[in-house]
Amino acid sequence: MTTVLEVSNLRVSFPGANHTRFSPVDGVSFSLERGKTLALVGESGSGKSLTSLALLQLIPDPGRIEAGSSIRLGETDVLALKGEALRRIRGRRIGMIFQDPMTSLNPVFTVEAQITEGIHAHFKVSRAEARDRALRLLQEVGIPDPAERLKAYPHQLSGGMRQRVMIAIALSAEPEILVADEPTTALDVTVQAQILEVLDDLRSRRGMAVLLITHDLGIVAGRADRVAVMYAGQIVEEAPTSALFANPSHPYTQGLFASVPRISGPLRRLTPIRGTVPAPAAWPSGCRFRPRCPQAFDRSEIEPPLLSVGPDHRMRCWLAEEPGKSTAR
Amino acid sequence: MTEALDVLLGAWRDPRGRFGALVLLVVALAALIGPLVLPDPLAQPDVLRASRPPATQHPFGTDQLSRDVLSRVVTGARISLSVALLAVTLSMTLGAAVGIVAGYWGGAVDATLMRLVDGALAIPRLFILLLLLAVWERVPLLPLIFLIGVTGWFATSRLVRGEVLRLREEGYVRAAEALGARRRRIIFRHLLPNALGPLLVAATLAIGDVILLEAGLSFLGLGIQPPTPSWGGMILDSREVMVSAPWTGIFPGLAIVITVLSANLFGDALRDAVDPRSA
Repeated sequence: MTTVLEVSNLRVSFPGANHTRFSPVDGVSFSLERGKTLALVGESGSGKSLTSLALLQLIPDPGRIEAGSSIRLGETDVLALKGEALRRIRGRRIGMIFQDPMTSLNPVFTVEAQITEGIHAHFKVSRAEARDRALRLLQEVGIPDPAERLKAYPHQLSGGMRQRVMIAIALSAEPEILVADEPTTALDVTVQAQILEVLDDLRSRRGMAVLLITHDLGIVAGRADRVAVMYAGQIVEEAPTSALFANPSHPYTQGLFASVPRISGPLRRLTPIRGTVPAPAAWPSGCRFRPRCPQAFDRSEIEPPLLSVGPDHRMRCWLAEEPGKSTAR
Repeated sequence: MTEALDVLLGAWRDPRGRFGALVLLVVALAALIGPLVLPDPLAQPDVLRASRPPATQHPFGTDQLSRDVLSRVVTGARISLSVALLAVTLSMTLGAAVGIVAGYWGGAVDATLMRLVDGALAIPRLFILLLLLAVWERVPLLPLIFLIGVTGWFATSRLVRGEVLRLREEGYVRAAEALGARRRRIIFRHLLPNALGPLLVAATLAIGDVILLEAGLSFLGLGIQPPTPSWGGMILDSREVMVSAPWTGIFPGLAIVITVLSANLFGDALRDAVDPRSA
């Protein structure tokens, strides 16, 4: 096991009303292993996308990464990088795939121009060599007739094709880490499966570490080695995928599973989680899930740390210390 | 680039745009070819042929110094159009540069630049120019173009800054940043081409403005210096003979009106082509 990326105590803050700052990402820690996939799961507003943007210092103005946060990429302290040094790791060490392939491609340039952009940004190669690499990348992500597709403009491609092009772009500078921010959200279910297949394939062939960001527990099963569940800017449960699916322990994770319909097993009513994720400026004190939690109890008024609930399985809930109270399935 | 091309085609489909474009084309052609075939606009005075009304030999008549008015209007078009084109190119370049720097860098750079632009916009351009030109007295052509150019980019920089702010939020700009694309490349490949449409509109409308401005300055005797013919200067000269030889002032006046009107019509059509909602 080689750790390629180590994020600890990541806090991203934005200015709020009356000169206060609030933190949509509040103390997130995780690490990525070479050749493994970590899934970061959470609802909209849980801070998972900001977490991924922070990895490359791409937090939009006026947000900032708070002191005390640390992102280590091998020997490199990412947060200490600026200017040219920062540019050199963007795309080269960490590649990113964005959610919406419709807007993430520039409508006025061909596929070739956009893939070779990453190649030229990081390698001194001739145009012909860059085109050659782009061609191979398109083959690698499973695009038929790649020589023709190189000349195509984004509007001439289907959604699935565009997402494959996006993946090819993210791979263009041969990064060791691939961050995929909801890579399949904008796509049909059948195309989703194909894209996830491509990502899985690349991971095992290139030995990349993958950070898969999603709100869909369904695509996590069987794809990710580990899962981290985010709620209100924090990781509330983290475990190997099998352990998490076998024994979801945090009431929020349990709520997520209870709200997903199942094909097999006895018929049961779906149980939604009450309410919605509060806005980052209005997070409650104590456990942040407390107002929506069916199992909240007196200790929930104190903010829980990550507590162990099994081998390599931790959650941010006091129930971990009170086995009698837990209502795990 | 395709977007700018689409915009041009869109403007061509608009009758106003087509009219404006065709008239401008005719004026430009006349300015290019006219001086080659018409009598010398700087011909030596010949008292016998001074202040003749329009006739076959001199379709626009002659002025009090016996020079062919048509020839002078056409040569004036050459001057007016080149001044406008060069000055507008300069101000668009400056405006685009400042707008991109402000919009893309943001923060204190943006705030400083935009407050300076606010200040500059608060002073009427004509006042600045009058002041500078009055100090200079007889100003040569190139410095005149330069002065008009450097006083014309303030509004453009705001426009471009707004475009850049919008484009910066586009997925592909963020994607290019995440890919480690160089700043120069992001600016020239992703920001500038996509901001070209609005810039084209601003440039076309600015051409009309600059022609008027130059005519106004020349009329005040502060712009193009005689004997070089200019439309504003010709109207200035015709003041004394306005009653006895009105053609000396009417034709350059018409030239100004038609050219500026065409530029503005074309600009309006371009604007509607850039943003169909404003139609």
